[in-house]
Amino acid sequence: MTAAFKLLRSAPFSARLGTGMVLITLLAALLTPVIAPYGETEVVGDVWLEAGRQHLVGTDNLGRDMFSRLLYGARNTIAIAFAITALSFVVGVMWGFLAAVVGGWMDQLLSRCVDILMAFPTLIFALMVLSVVGTSIPALVVVIALLDSTRVFRLSRAVAMDIEVLEFVEAARLRGEGLWWLMRHEVLPNAMPPLVAEFGLRFCFVFLFIAALSFLGLGIQPPMADWGSMVRENAGAITFGIYTPLWPAAAIAFLTVGVNLIVDWFLHLASGLED
Amino acid sequence: MKPLLEMKDIVIEGCTGESWDPIIKGLNLTLTKGEVLGLIGESGAGKSTLGLASMAYTRQGCRIASGSIVFDGQELFGAPEPEVRAIRGARIAYVAQSAAASFNPAHRLIRQYTEGPVQHGLMSTAEAEKKAVATYEQLLLPDPENIGYRFPHQVSGGQLQRAMVAMAMSCQPDIIIFDEPTTALDVTTQIEVLAAIKEITRRFNTAAIYITHDLAVVAQLADRIMVLRYGELVEENNAREMLENPRETYTRDLLAVRSFQKRKNLKAPDDVVLKIESVTAGYTGDDNVLESIDLEIRRGRTVALVGESGSGKSTLARVITGLLPPNQGRVIFKGKQLPAALKARKRKDLQRLQMIYQMPDTALNPRQKIRKIIGRPLKFYFNQNRKQQQRRILELLEQVELPAEYIDRYPTELSGGEKQRICIARALAAEPDLIICDEVTSALDQLVAEGILKLLLSLQRKLLVSYLFITHDLATVKAISDEIVVMLQGRIVEKGPKQKVLKPPHHAYTDRLLSSVPEMDPDWLDTLLQERAGRARGADIHPSVA
Repeated sequence: MTAAFKLLRSAPFSARLGTGMVLITLLAALLTPVIAPYGETEVVGDVWLEAGRQHLVGTDNLGRDMFSRLLYGARNTIAIAFAITALSFVVGVMWGFLAAVVGGWMDQLLSRCVDILMAFPTLIFALMVLSVVGTSIPALVVVIALLDSTRVFRLSRAVAMDIEVLEFVEAARLRGEGLWWLMRHEVLPNAMPPLVAEFGLRFCFVFLFIAALSFLGLGIQPPMADWGSMVRENAGAITFGIYTPLWPAAAIAFLTVGVNLIVDWFLHLASGLED
Repeated sequence: MKPLLEMKDIVIEGCTGESWDPIIKGLNLTLTKGEVLGLIGESGAGKSTLGLASMAYTRQGCRIASGSIVFDGQELFGAPEPEVRAIRGARIAYVAQSAAASFNPAHRLIRQYTEGPVQHGLMSTAEAEKKAVATYEQLLLPDPENIGYRFPHQVSGGQLQRAMVAMAMSCQPDIIIFDEPTTALDVTTQIEVLAAIKEITRRFNTAAIYITHDLAVVAQLADRIMVLRYGELVEENNAREMLENPRETYTRDLLAVRSFQKRKNLKAPDDVVLKIESVTAGYTGDDNVLESIDLEIRRGRTVALVGESGSGKSTLARVITGLLPPNQGRVIFKGKQLPAALKARKRKDLQRLQMIYQMPDTALNPRQKIRKIIGRPLKFYFNQNRKQQQRRILELLEQVELPAEYIDRYPTELSGGEKQRICIARALAAEPDLIICDEVTSALDQLVAEGILKLLLSLQRKLLVSYLFITHDLATVKAISDEIVVMLQGRIVEKGPKQKVLKPPHHAYTDRLLSSVPEMDPDWLDTLLQERAGRARGADIHPSVA
């Protein structure tokens, strides 16, 4: 803990700002039941009320308190998006490294499978699968993670290919090391910088993808709050000059910027470059 | 005589993080017309930086902080960019170390030749092309009429380097800066390039700055030599005088490089560690890179595998380690035939056969600490616990003459020579019978390489380990080997004990290889070229005799 604190103290301003932004979001998500003035699904007033004393940022298209829903949404959105990204990375990196390190037929097999998966438009593929397996949260997580992992596979395979030809990997092979050691100890530590960067980016894209699915009725099901669908539900308000939908959009942007500021700093640390 | 180029109190700084640190710390350099100046030093000594600074140019991240660079009466330091640009290429030209990396692969040689003179408005394209052919002819490039119309990948390394010398000559410059032009070449090709450089500087009375780390090479060309270290001048003198009578210890060390000889190890038993029987191997289908190789390595001996690049040396190493299963033949290790493929080999076999690589930078995982790098073989082969590992790692570090605190460092925190020592320690950790050393010193500075070689020899005396030493550097071979195997185009052309192979009569190729190694004698190149020319003439007259 002290080490983490020390690390943070040495961090540049941008990284500290990013950490602050992410911490605020996380804190809000954790303390939601305490600080939210109204319930998640409680209808408390008129539709699209202006921001005011009663409702900090107004009400939404059904007259629910926007601020409360933003807080509940933080909890749902972050947890789901994080689970999806983490899962897609575990799957994508494993198979990607395997393809690169084993090579030959294994690489062909995995790469062609991924090609087939990627040949379908992601949204349509997700719609298809979700309408078959139903729209529970676990199903959502697994399906989006699998679809996303194809891109992670591509990246990690390419990165691992470059590392795999280096002599220290050959030295480990000559020592007689098994696949797991090669992937975990020789390739992975050297592949971290691009993977971390991709993680930050994917994490943000996942919000938008969930939002798209929610809009089509197959994402997070109403009345559960999530930022993406909150943008979609309230998008119509813009035409009336009401800026309610901008709030959840701003929340997404806030978290995205925060995460990416941290990722930038990680990248910098991982690349081993001095300032 | 008024100097052509006069650099005074040059300070050049490099950017590291926030601060600018000096790389060149107040050097003076003068060059008169037609003079060849040799700049000698290890990597990081500032040779290239100083050479480039004579054009008032620095690489990215460097800057000339102070000093004066007067070329032909004109101050270049602080001069406006267009003025300096008019001089670069036209009056001061530069020949880079790796011609292969410096030529644009998408354009024909002659097109790149004409760029300079046309850009500087000295000639039209047609004139420049005509002149290119004449220059190619002077540099003895084969088929000078047409060679310019080839792409860089269509000519050999030596030819390409000569084409780059030709390019530098295109504007008839007053000064050419040669930045290690032969370092990446085989000895036999190095001769061609050296001869071409000598010819061209003599004929046109061109002044030159010749940058290299090889004193024997510079001895052939330079009138005067400057020895640099850490951005400072160590010694400067007339070439002949410096070679005969070096003043500073550092220069003397450089001169004495590879003059040591391996002591014969009489205690060594005679059992054969590795035996290779009629191995034939190749990467694709019918083309064999190796043709029926037979080889024997005895305990505690060093067998040097010599040959030019492309002769199949490294391929043989791949066959021995199992990375490339041979098409035919057997690899017998300590009386037992090894399975051809790496996967089929037992852990015990792998442990007994270790390898050290050419580039210590890529041979060590940059994300592992020394503790893990050396500790892993201990865990993997001997299943030692942490405490045993710690003790053994410290022991190994001491054996390779590194301080104990390196155990918690990352490879990037070490210098090239230190990294190579870690590689040796990693190999030793497995307690091998045979270590394959693949060009282990060619990426290192002369003195550092010398330290590595001496270390390998003393380890051999203590541990009776055998080495298969792959190299193209004959000076190294002379210093450390017991037996020599000469390879040419995938075949062994000569092999035997060192004394026998090095003493005439040799195979024609061995002779060519041996005679091409530069000696610390300023007349060596001229004598050799005369000899070879004489022999060639003799061959013309009496083809039957030749």
